[in-house]
Amino acid sequence: MERRPLLGDEAIALGAIHAGLSGAYSYPGTPATEIFEFVHRETHNGPPVGEGGVHAVWSANEKVAYEEALGMSYAGRRALVSFKHVGLNVAADPFMNSGVSGVDGGLLVCSADDPGMHSSQNEQDSRIYAWFAMIPAVEPCTGQEAYEMTREGYELSEKLRLPIMIRMVTRLAHSRSGVELAPRREPNPLRPSERPADWTLLPANARRLFASLAEKQADMLAWSESCRWNQLKLNPKSRKLGIIAAGVAYNYVCENYGDGAEMPSILKIGAYPIPKRLVRELIEAVDEVLVLEDGYPFIEGQIVGLLGAPKPIHGRLDGAVPRTGELNPDIVRKALGMPAVARQSTPTVHLPARPPRLCDGCPHIDSYQIVREIMDELPETRVFGDIGCYTLGAYPPYQTIHSCIDMGASISMAMGAAQAGMRPVLCTIGDSTFIHSGMTPLIGAAQQNTPMTVFILDNSTTAMTGGQDSMADGVLANVVKGLGVDPEHVHVLQAHRKFHDQNLEIIRREVAYEGLSVIIPTRECVVTAKKK
Amino acid sequence: METNIILAGVGGQGIVSISFVIDMAAIWQGLKFKQAEVHGMSQRGGAVISHLRVSDSTIHSDLVPKGRGTLVLAIEPVESLRYVDFLSPSGAVVSSTDPYVNVPDYPEVDSVLDAIATLPNHTLVPADKLARQAGSGRAQNMVLLGAGSPFLGLQEELLERGIREAFAAKGEKIQKTNVDAFRAGKAAGAAYRPCLAAGITSRQARALIARLIGGVLAPDAVPAWKDVFGQPVGPAVLAALTSDAVGKANGSADVARQIAASAPSAGDQLPSLLFKA
Repeated sequence: MERRPLLGDEAIALGAIHAGLSGAYSYPGTPATEIFEFVHRETHNGPPVGEGGVHAVWSANEKVAYEEALGMSYAGRRALVSFKHVGLNVAADPFMNSGVSGVDGGLLVCSADDPGMHSSQNEQDSRIYAWFAMIPAVEPCTGQEAYEMTREGYELSEKLRLPIMIRMVTRLAHSRSGVELAPRREPNPLRPSERPADWTLLPANARRLFASLAEKQADMLAWSESCRWNQLKLNPKSRKLGIIAAGVAYNYVCENYGDGAEMPSILKIGAYPIPKRLVRELIEAVDEVLVLEDGYPFIEGQIVGLLGAPKPIHGRLDGAVPRTGELNPDIVRKALGMPAVARQSTPTVHLPARPPRLCDGCPHIDSYQIVREIMDELPETRVFGDIGCYTLGAYPPYQTIHSCIDMGASISMAMGAAQAGMRPVLCTIGDSTFIHSGMTPLIGAAQQNTPMTVFILDNSTTAMTGGQDSMADGVLANVVKGLGVDPEHVHVLQAHRKFHDQNLEIIRREVAYEGLSVIIPTRECVVTAKKK
Repeated sequence: METNIILAGVGGQGIVSISFVIDMAAIWQGLKFKQAEVHGMSQRGGAVISHLRVSDSTIHSDLVPKGRGTLVLAIEPVESLRYVDFLSPSGAVVSSTDPYVNVPDYPEVDSVLDAIATLPNHTLVPADKLARQAGSGRAQNMVLLGAGSPFLGLQEELLERGIREAFAAKGEKIQKTNVDAFRAGKAAGAAYRPCLAAGITSRQARALIARLIGGVLAPDAVPAWKDVFGQPVGPAVLAALTSDAVGKANGSADVARQIAASAPSAGDQLPSLLFKA
């Protein structure tokens, strides 16, 4: 069999392609970006969907991506939607309802969590979303499992008529290993849904469907308790400790027992709902249990519940494992009560921190220099920031950002602050983030003529995630005007130091204006420009 | 066999290319590998690290456990020191001598290199100079790969084939530059370690090797240079090697013996003896 070096993300992408994928949908976000990119790279020279090919075009945001995928499923074909964990918040509306409506063509949703927050604002755990939507989830621990779970996930999705979640974590998403591949299955033919009432969630339909989803829970549990992704290995010789290890945590356990030490009884969890019968069998066989899971104490919390478990359960909740942060083999080793491995000690010399920074020549630097000058002239100024490379403006030497919450929040939070009476209020958002979630609040700001100055930093790309195409390219100023912003207060500027003085003059005037202004400093990202 | 590597550097220095070459060589050699990359925000000029494990049996963790590392391979000296505690007591550090200064509180470079030189198993190579000699300053990553190659447990011809594959899309010239950089790094590493074993200090070895063409020092020259550095002329030689004077050192045993023999008057003749025009 062919063995190909693949990132965990790429293994999911190829698993989907080989399962007969017809459409891949996504918005860029670390650590999920490479899933869609791989599908695109592998299929964009192929035939159109009608002739067995794959549709792969970035969506405006995760909600749109999810809904496009639902449409593909409605048409009977297989779809993959992928995004980072916080992208699922954006897509939560269609996601929650798609469990109720069910699906026709297989639908897999990969939500890539970021324990340790390598590139994120929070550590939310997508397994809780799967539980919330009452759908099955799988959690691979290797690239090989990611490939096989994805392939088989489509069968399960069509059998249960439910979307299936693949829960990824950064560590596996960005880990490369050799993966053995199987032949590609033909895509589904076009077969529009014959149950339009199920796709129409009027209350009368939704009540019926939600009851049916509740009934499916028993089937889901039966699947999870018998599928090969959940494996209980009892060791009758060692009664004291039992281990439950989910996803990559299982790798860290095996690593620490790799020297020939005897592995205690262990339940490996790779599929949800949590396999209740297997958990009970493990607890009955041992004196106490250690739960190891990356992310929230989801399994541990379910076992302990409100009233406690019959035997001691250890994990993130009782402090045996740190409550937050990414797991690694060393944390797991300590939780297993094993002594630390001998190692070299670091020589004593000052090691300066080296945080990420804006690239030399970055157009955002020119914009932030002007914002800095405005802040120096008007010390009351507050700048509401957003998600992208320009969030790095929070670091010295710029220090020009006073908030960063989620995609699009710069504009909406600036509105609220202006409504509260703060002056002057500025906000900065990138062109791609503006298309993602900035347009909607800007309509309201235009209608109310909210006194604030919006900077849409247009570098013609989605830079932070590696330079994906931006839908704003070439249309930004027209979109802004079309949303109702007074054209006299919309300025497209060239973000370059040779235009510094005239740009500063315009911006000073607009900051003083008691109404809505939109400044669009424009210059291509230096990284994407260099690649051309 | 199990090799556990920590690749360290600054975003943009080419860690991904090193990983690619090692991954391909491991596959061709029938070995298993796992490689945890860094993507996203950390790439923007920040510190980056990649864990790379190669083994003939199943690899469980994507991350190298502390104390199990066999090699820290660093394209930047400060970055090498961040990960020393991953190394087993016999693990090796292979680092560039050349700093990437993009932070205001970067320490004095020699203090960093001297700290690396206290480690029991280390190699320092002048990656920037060797990469430029090979044809491109961007090939520092391949210099380091060459210097670290004896610690990888992978066949050298497979590594070179991996390099050609990694740069296949860039054409024959870039391929050759990178293979040459790999070979120079390997030579410089092979020069540095015997120097230390012979009793030459790290500073002396760094200074000498940074002047050699392609990092090559004949094995028979090592005791001769040890002799030079032990003579009264030794400090003057070190000063000449680290001076701004332009020139490549002729590192042959003959030159070393001439310098040692004519020691008293070497002050004036030193540059002409030491450097090629």
